[in-house]
Amino acid sequence: MDVRSQISMVFHLDKCIGCHTCSVACKNIWTDRKGVEYQWWNNVETKPGTGYPTKWEDQDIYKGGWEKNNGTINLKGAGKKKGLLNIFHNPHLPVIDDYYEPFTYKYLDLIESPEMDDQPTARPVSLITGKPIDIKMGPNWDDDLSGTPDFARKDPNLQDLSPAEQEAMFQLERMAFFYLPRICNHCLNPACVASCPSGAIYKRGEDGIVLINQQVCRAWRMCVTACPYKKSYYNWHTGKSEKCILCYPRLEAGHAPACMHSCVGRIRYLGVVLYDADQIENAASADESKVVDSQLDMLLDPFDPKVIQAAKENGVPDSTIKAAQQSPTYKFVKEWGLALPLHPEFRTLPMLFYVPPLLPVMASLGKQNTSQAEKMDPIAKVWNDDWLYDTSTEDLWGTIDQARFPLKYMANLFAAGDEEKVKIVLKKLMAVRIHRRNVTVGDIAPEKVEAALKGADLEAEVAEEIYKLTSLAKFDQRFVIPPAHREQALEMLEFTGDTKGSTGFGFKEKPERGL
Amino acid sequence: MDNLFNALNNFFLIALPYIALFVFVIGSIWRYRSNGFKFSSLSSQFLEGRQLFWGSVPFHMGILFLFFGHLIAFLIPSGVLAWNAHPARLIVLEVTAFIFAIALLIGLVNLLYRRITNPRIAIVTSKMDYAIIVLLLVQVFNGIWVAYNFRWGSSWFSSVLSPYLWSIFALQPDTSAVASLPWVVKSHIVAAYLIVLLIPFSRLVHFLVPPIDYIWRPYQRVIWYWNKKEIRKAHTPWSLKRPKNN
Ligand code: SF4
Ligand code: SF4
Repeated sequence: MDVRSQISMVFHLDKCIGCHTCSVACKNIWTDRKGVEYQWWNNVETKPGTGYPTKWEDQDIYKGGWEKNNGTINLKGAGKKKGLLNIFHNPHLPVIDDYYEPFTYKYLDLIESPEMDDQPTARPVSLITGKPIDIKMGPNWDDDLSGTPDFARKDPNLQDLSPAEQEAMFQLERMAFFYLPRICNHCLNPACVASCPSGAIYKRGEDGIVLINQQVCRAWRMCVTACPYKKSYYNWHTGKSEKCILCYPRLEAGHAPACMHSCVGRIRYLGVVLYDADQIENAASADESKVVDSQLDMLLDPFDPKVIQAAKENGVPDSTIKAAQQSPTYKFVKEWGLALPLHPEFRTLPMLFYVPPLLPVMASLGKQNTSQAEKMDPIAKVWNDDWLYDTSTEDLWGTIDQARFPLKYMANLFAAGDEEKVKIVLKKLMAVRIHRRNVTVGDIAPEKVEAALKGADLEAEVAEEIYKLTSLAKFDQRFVIPPAHREQALEMLEFTGDTKGSTGFGFKEKPERGL
Repeated sequence: MDNLFNALNNFFLIALPYIALFVFVIGSIWRYRSNGFKFSSLSSQFLEGRQLFWGSVPFHMGILFLFFGHLIAFLIPSGVLAWNAHPARLIVLEVTAFIFAIALLIGLVNLLYRRITNPRIAIVTSKMDYAIIVLLLVQVFNGIWVAYNFRWGSSWFSSVLSPYLWSIFALQPDTSAVASLPWVVKSHIVAAYLIVLLIPFSRLVHFLVPPIDYIWRPYQRVIWYWNKKEIRKAHTPWSLKRPKNN
């Protein structure tokens, strides 16, 4: 057993309101420079939708992630052979138009325009060429556009849904969508690291953050292809790739990453998990039906004396073990089994987990749709609780099975197509709600509540805990950040006098584009 | 007149190579050490991918073949001469090299065309990029001209130019054989020195850092601040091993 610690994250999708505060917080701190205007290390997409970059999940196009053939896994579009052979021209590299051409407006024209008959306008200009452009795309162009032919219906996760199922999803009355905020997953089997020919990308041993050494990156741009989540980006100006750094300078100082700190919906949780590094290869090359389970199996119980012992022998600081014991992510992922990895079939073992959203699933029932249609005024919609948001408990798990979103869709996102996995989670989420309704409103028969909890395999106390961490948790409970032991990190630096008088320990010269 | 000729010869065939080599070696090391951030191939594929294919691939294939061809003729001239002893083999070598040179030329023209016509690419093109492309274009065109008109280059390179180049490296420059070469050939030599000279000041530096070690390195890379296991042991000193970083 090779116990290591990893900073992991949980995003609770039911709570995301799609406000993009996280994206903007990140942009303001890290990517407000030339060459990275188009990069959104944190982005929020509407699902179903095509996402950013367009259709990033479709690995027939982008060739990201690992694929398994003959029992071993290989990078799909990069690696030693493919990467080096394609180094002069990478046929799978997305180009900027797959994201969008960054733009701004000539606001100054509004102020400096001479007096005219017409109102002055601020024309959009490209941030690359500076020339006027027609804006065709933006980072969240599919925001709230469920049902649209250009976006929602082209969602790669719909591929194995029958046409009838797809149609049902996009009926006007049943239309639903949810938000999917994404950052780099700081994977345990990162495809970006494996694909980098110059070895510039690495995983930090202490906390598992995946970083790109800007001094070593040589613009071979394989990581952009290899990351199946398209979370490694190419800076077209400096000729270096960049990616989410999980705000490591903030983490080292005990602060939550900017996206998490600013999250309005408080959907984000961050904490340490201990895992067994010996199992990485096995877990990454498990059968598709077992990828989720084998990934979750790697995460170790931080209270198990054997694990603690092994962790200590491996040099994991006591403070980190303690943080792992209080970790909210461990609770969500392992203890309660509520959070699942996004696209585990990419086999990078992502360390960002999602609590799948219950709302679009339970919000309406198929059988009530017809009566609703009859009742409906042709112009105005009649508000009807049954129709919109069903919390009746007549038919306990009926809602999940007749979900507005086919379970298959959720399963394609979070469980490599295994509907059962998603269903278990959704049942738990539902049971917690029924339990809480019983506590606060009390209009549900006790047997029903018991049956709900039992059906979801939950105790009332656990449901209460889940409720508390989901809804009431304060900052320190949502973010349990282990001390970074910077005293050790600083010793690593060569000579502190080198950077005396400059702004930090990063660059001694301005990071400018090479000649 | 003779004096001037001699002086020019001495400058271009003796002084220039030393200047070029000196600047190349010191300049590259300096640039690498002072600012690794500026060491990049500065790929522009992200802004434009399709045209690049018809430029970058033939260009790189061509230049790699020709670079190693020249290098081998310089390092083991006897080997090349032995290979060329048979006319059929000589023809095969010359024709192959010629094809690669044409590929290189086509690639370069495409790259130049792309840099000039695509507004996005023009933005990420420096004056040095243009200088390098034009210099390479001249050099390749010149090389093709020489190969076509002064046959068979692979043989006389090995017997005339290799000894001269060796003499440069042996610090006993001997230009007797090259001095009498036609000026087109000499200009090819001079342009080669210029290219070497410009390497540290251009994006050409990326050829000094080919990712060869990728072939044998393990796929995943994990970096620790310290060897934690050692630190935990009470009897080992705190700073037993320097970490591998940086
Ligand atoms: S999400 Fe992508 S960039 Fe981030 S660690 Fe995983 S493979 Fe690398
Ligand atoms: S800030 Fe939070 S709630 Fe808002 S979009 Fe981002 S993740 Fe969702």
